[in-house]
Amino acid sequence: MKNIFLGMMLLFVTLSTQAQDKKNKNAKYNIEVNGNCEQCKKRIEKAAYSVSGVKSAEWHIDDHILHLIINEEKCSIIDVKKAIAKVGHDTDEVKSTDEVYEKLHSCCKYERK
Amino acid sequence: MKKILLFLALLISAVTFSQEEIKKDTLKTVTVETSKKGLKKSISGTANTTLVTSKELLKAACCNLAESFETNPSIDVNFSDALTGTKQIKMLGLTSPYIMITEENIPSVRGASQAYGLSFTPGTWVESIQITKGAGSVVNGYESISGQINTELIKPLKDIPFYLNAYGSTDSRFELNTHFNKKISDDWSTSLFVHGNARVSKNDMNDDGFLDNPLGKQFNIINRWQYACAETGWVSFINFRYMNDQKQTGQLDFDPDRDRLTTNYWGSEINTERLDFSSKVGYVFKDMPYQSIGFQNAFSNHNQQSYFGLNQYDIKQQSYYSNLIFNSIINNTKHKFATGLNFTYDKYSEFVNLFDVSRIDNSVGAFFEYTYDDNDKFSYILGGRFDYHNRLGAFFTPRLHVKYNPWEKSVLRFSAGRGKRAANIFAENQNLFASSRTFQVLDTNGKVYGLDPEIAWNYGISFTQNFKLFGMNADTTIDFYRTDFQNQAVVDVMNSPQEVLFYNLKGKSYANSLQLDFNLEIIKHLNLRTAYKYYDISTDYLSGSYQRPLQAKHRFFANMEYATHIVDHGRQWKFDYTVNWLGKQQLPNTRTNAAADRFPEFSPSFAVMNAQITRTFSSTFEMYVGGENIGNYRQDKAILGADNPFGTNFDTSIIYAPVFGQMYYAGLRFKIK
Repeated sequence: MKNIFLGMMLLFVTLSTQAQDKKNKNAKYNIEVNGNCEQCKKRIEKAAYSVSGVKSAEWHIDDHILHLIINEEKCSIIDVKKAIAKVGHDTDEVKSTDEVYEKLHSCCKYERK
Repeated sequence: MKKILLFLALLISAVTFSQEEIKKDTLKTVTVETSKKGLKKSISGTANTTLVTSKELLKAACCNLAESFETNPSIDVNFSDALTGTKQIKMLGLTSPYIMITEENIPSVRGASQAYGLSFTPGTWVESIQITKGAGSVVNGYESISGQINTELIKPLKDIPFYLNAYGSTDSRFELNTHFNKKISDDWSTSLFVHGNARVSKNDMNDDGFLDNPLGKQFNIINRWQYACAETGWVSFINFRYMNDQKQTGQLDFDPDRDRLTTNYWGSEINTERLDFSSKVGYVFKDMPYQSIGFQNAFSNHNQQSYFGLNQYDIKQQSYYSNLIFNSIINNTKHKFATGLNFTYDKYSEFVNLFDVSRIDNSVGAFFEYTYDDNDKFSYILGGRFDYHNRLGAFFTPRLHVKYNPWEKSVLRFSAGRGKRAANIFAENQNLFASSRTFQVLDTNGKVYGLDPEIAWNYGISFTQNFKLFGMNADTTIDFYRTDFQNQAVVDVMNSPQEVLFYNLKGKSYANSLQLDFNLEIIKHLNLRTAYKYYDISTDYLSGSYQRPLQAKHRFFANMEYATHIVDHGRQWKFDYTVNWLGKQQLPNTRTNAAADRFPEFSPSFAVMNAQITRTFSSTFEMYVGGENIGNYRQDKAILGADNPFGTNFDTSIIYAPVFGQMYYAGLRFKIK
């Protein structure tokens, strides 16, 4: 009896805490990331995956949209944008440094906005 | 004759019908399609898989699944024997029982259907085929040893409202395929496929008094339902299928009603009736496209009643298969996994000359498969499953596939895995009933007809490089695979021409296969595909070690395709030519027979050529003509002891080359989109 009660308590507590912070474990984001080619795709996706909490990252060459599913308990969208800027790709909020951009392969040197 | 007339009438009506269609079509917009490849070999996939698209399937007559591999070097298609008219396939030099053959991931050609099962799926039903060399995935089971062939049928949601295919050939075989499709609602679609084929007249080109290919008729019908709802994430398939196949062969004067099971004339009938029901339910989790759960169920009832001269063979298999699978990720989509449970139940009622060898098999198993993909150069799939089977015992099946891209446009693959299976020795070797051979099983302690289960390990390595040659696309592949049998149900036709022995392997048995491919786009729209294959397949028999009988050590394959530009309304010509050269083959031992009924130790080498021309008149109508074995190569003597079929030297099973000579065919395809 005691065990059941304890179990119920535990369940209740965990459920209520989850409800409180309302952080989405499977948050979907589609963000524009500037880039050009197949190499850029690999670099952008690799950078996105390097952020712990990113579950799925898929960048499309045609429309430059990065489709993300992230666990917001572990990271936020700004973390992902920062990681991507770090390897040379601009997003709306975070821009890459000129130094890193200049180091990109010639075919990857996208037009900066 | 009446049937031929009917067929012709149908052909003509279809032609006139399509002309009207063309007139109506003139105002339609022109869609530009880039040329799709018929065979797709991905350099990013982890397993060594070739995708055969529907485009490739249109390159040959492809009346049924067994014939759809003629233009594909990974699979060798044997020559149909005089008895069954069915073509057997081989992969890595091993016959189809060692290949896991699935239809939409549900095991299809197995057990009782092993010998003719591939001819029970009409070619027009097929959307695509995936051929994986080497150890397969653990998800579908433990039986695959040399590879896996998965067939996807046309999906009701993507299907066109009406499709008609009619075919006729000079060996008097006719086929009619009609497909109907209807979208019931936004979520539900259904398709009805009806297939009929018949061989209506007796052919004896080699004047041995026996039919070169069986008379036959098949009726095959499938009704498919597909449900897909994007909002809720639920998907489902439901299939109902019925097939009835009848074959008759033997001496020209054989009349089944009069001569059945007598020594008046030698004859054979094989009648098969099959009922299939399968369902799939899948759910993709909301907001988690990488996570899904699927549940498959399949029930089949297969009933074959047959006799071969005085030998009677009846087999009935009732089978139930169930598979529950859960797919998800660990942290992110670089780490995927699939896990689940399988259950199979097979009830065999099997009678060999009225001798009861019936049995019930059942197994339950759990699998886990982990996939790592760095989305760049390196990926691997590591799988394992644990099964309990009432005859095979409790056992573990590991499988591994590794892929690495060392430099641009190249891929290196490695695979290894174990397979285990119960050999259905009678069903798999029933062509031997059409001989004077006595069947003897030498072992008695095993649980499958007295034999132990077959166990084999398969290892393979493959390297592909894509490159430009004179500015055109080219690619080359080298594959090496080895299969090592720990135990095998040896089928021994090397001991005596009057018997076939079955026993557990004593000693060594292995299959080495080396394949070199070179493919080149010579000029735009002209593609060349070539392959050289080397097979070293050796087994220790009681009488010594021999190469596997009826298997060429050297094979050469070339396919050339040319297509003209598609002009207004999809008008186009397509040409296709295939040549297969086979080196000498070890033949079963016939040394002790009288001189007239002997084969040499090895067959001669020879080449067989096929060609097809397709004329597309519009995007909805096309016609094709083709020829098989245009060089008219024929095996000198197809049946040993044909003059005395109830004597001791009679044997129809030694077929190393085509029995029937040249064969020409014509057909049409008509669609309403």
